[in-house]
Amino acid sequence: MFKILNKKVLHENILQFTLEAPLIARKAEPGQFVVLRVNEYGERVPLTIADFDREKGTIDIIFMVIGASTTVLASLNAGDSILDLVGPLGKKTDIRPDMGTVVCIGGGIGVAPIYPIARKMKQVGNHVITIMGAKNKDILILKDEMEKISDEVIVTTDDGSYGIKGFVTTVLQQLIDKGIDIAEVVAIGPVIMMKTVADTTRPYNIKTIVSLNPIMVDGTGMCGGCRVQVGDETKFACVDGPEFDGHLVDFVNLMERQRMYRPKEEIEKDHICRLAKKVEEMEEK
Amino acid sequence: MPLVMQKHEMPEQDANVRRNNFDEVALGYTEELALAEANRCLHCKVPHCRKGCPVDIDIPAFIAKIKEGDFEGANAKIKEASSLPAICGRVCPQENQCEKYCVMGIKGEPVGIGRLERFVADYCMQNCEEKIEKTVKDDAQKVAIIGSGPAGLACAGDLAKKGYQVTIFEALHTAGGVLSYGIPEFRLPKDKVVKPEIDNLRKMGVKIEVNSVVGKLFTVDELMQEFNFDAVFIATGAGLPHFMNIPGENLNGVYSSNEFLTRCNLMKAYRFPEYATPINVGKKVAVVGGGNVAMDSARTALRLGAEKVYIVYRRSEKELPARREEVEHAKQEGIEFKLLNNPVAILGDEKGYVKAIRCIKMELGEPDASGRRRPVEIPNSEFDIDVDTVVIAIGQGPNPLIQSTTPDMQTNKRGNIIADEETGKTTKEGVFAGGDIVTGAATVILAMGAGKKAAKAIDEYLIEKRNK
Repeated sequence: MFKILNKKVLHENILQFTLEAPLIARKAEPGQFVVLRVNEYGERVPLTIADFDREKGTIDIIFMVIGASTTVLASLNAGDSILDLVGPLGKKTDIRPDMGTVVCIGGGIGVAPIYPIARKMKQVGNHVITIMGAKNKDILILKDEMEKISDEVIVTTDDGSYGIKGFVTTVLQQLIDKGIDIAEVVAIGPVIMMKTVADTTRPYNIKTIVSLNPIMVDGTGMCGGCRVQVGDETKFACVDGPEFDGHLVDFVNLMERQRMYRPKEEIEKDHICRLAKKVEEMEEK
Repeated sequence: MPLVMQKHEMPEQDANVRRNNFDEVALGYTEELALAEANRCLHCKVPHCRKGCPVDIDIPAFIAKIKEGDFEGANAKIKEASSLPAICGRVCPQENQCEKYCVMGIKGEPVGIGRLERFVADYCMQNCEEKIEKTVKDDAQKVAIIGSGPAGLACAGDLAKKGYQVTIFEALHTAGGVLSYGIPEFRLPKDKVVKPEIDNLRKMGVKIEVNSVVGKLFTVDELMQEFNFDAVFIATGAGLPHFMNIPGENLNGVYSSNEFLTRCNLMKAYRFPEYATPINVGKKVAVVGGGNVAMDSARTALRLGAEKVYIVYRRSEKELPARREEVEHAKQEGIEFKLLNNPVAILGDEKGYVKAIRCIKMELGEPDASGRRRPVEIPNSEFDIDVDTVVIAIGQGPNPLIQSTTPDMQTNKRGNIIADEETGKTTKEGVFAGGDIVTGAATVILAMGAGKKAAKAIDEYLIEKRNK
């Protein structure tokens, strides 16, 4: 059992949990993830490690409530526990000193996993420009935190309610046009965002790393459920990634595979709703 | 009394009923049937059956106890050699092991040794208050076992009996390895059989740490240096699925058998949405491969509601590597065998879902180095089978995680750990390995045998270490 030490509401359906997990915290590195299972009936859900504190023995996860499993997870509070937590999984981000100017791009909830990466990029002496994108200003997360660890932060919103109106690629293109010498771009967010970032940098041959989020089961390389097409090779995102060269990833196949269980996810949400209703009825009695 | 030349049939669920449920197919002997079958044993002076058992159970002795009606005594006799009889009685390929050497098999059918072992173990689980004592001593030397499959469990049981402090590290959230995620409920019930046998190890004092991926959470070196383990046994199995590398393998609806079976067995996707893990099984399913894993996948697909399930295998029926009994069970349940066919591509629709599998017909050529006749493609014989789900069950390799984080331990070119066959000793001091991680995918009982041999060698190593 893994205790939830703190629960923070970043937005009405974006939550941050601090979990007691000293062994995982001891080894965690930027770019890695955990797989958790809330309870006996739960599925195994992969979530990126958004932060870790080796001394306190804690790791943080940030998630958006999108389906049945995240709904159940969100119903827990500080003091509650989750049944299973395994990690740190996947390869760590390749972060070297003196790379030069690194552009870290976080889209939506993808800002969470980009945070420890940007922080370490800066710590080892790189110049970090962070681009944060969100649909609107209400769901902008971790802005203050990102400002503390970046040399420069540029915010974009789709509707222009905060920062620059437009997408993260709008800003990225401007940086390129200005002639800034970009050593590397790291982009994490919705697949479509990572795809457009890769498309933007491709003509300039700027190294672009993306972190993929296919469906996973075990997260340790034993099933291949998370396989992705990278160049002419099939890779398992859980052990070979989750980070890959964005210029080689088959994003269309990834998006198709992510939709595989859509109809089942609806059934499951309905099931959770009915269960919750039943509990309410019982409580009323 | 005349000799009964045939084995006593074991009652089983009717094929038309069982293909719709996940309950165990084989129902096991009754007391009467067990006594009758035990009476077929001739108690040979030189019991050849024993040489076929990888863990050397005293077979005539436990059968003698059954004849006396002392089922508890029979169980105790088996447990001297095997800590998991309810499992082995069910999943061992006895036709290639103990029963292969039974004298009764020369003129008739061999004694049903596996069925008797199963009967005794089940009987005791249900009727006897088996008192398991804590054997682990708190001041003993510490052994880390990586992987809780058959090899790890067998090794843990033997080392615990000798008093060592044993900790098993398991990557998944449930112990058992292939016993939990791989072999389906209808062959090996989890709550009735697997869990109680593992709980018995806990009662002996074995610690089982689940959710612990060695190689990520800590390395083998860290286990020995920082966590003070005196020896390590690596039993991580063959858990890396092989794909065929044919076009269309990343379409929706294509599963590795590992994923398919893990979703169903470990995550209980067959009880979705009560359990949250989904599984997609269409109306028509092709399972590629001919081993036990292929049979398990095909029979699982059927139980998940598929109307038509095909086994696609590139050799002929004679070469099917699966147990005969499993092939028969699959046939009875209505699975269709497409033999001498090899997939060359998987075809998809515009949304990225499987719609057919393209196969080419094969014929058998000359025997290869392994003695099996090599399948050869018949040119221009391609044809399509309409399916919406494909399960690839063509074998597994070793997961490279531990090997890649333990550079001073040698592996062969296939990625298996190099270890001495008799002792499990690797090229790294204090580190032993056994089971599928050394041999490649084999059987449950061979893995258990390797675990027992390693336990013996680890004991000798630790005695020497503490006397130094």
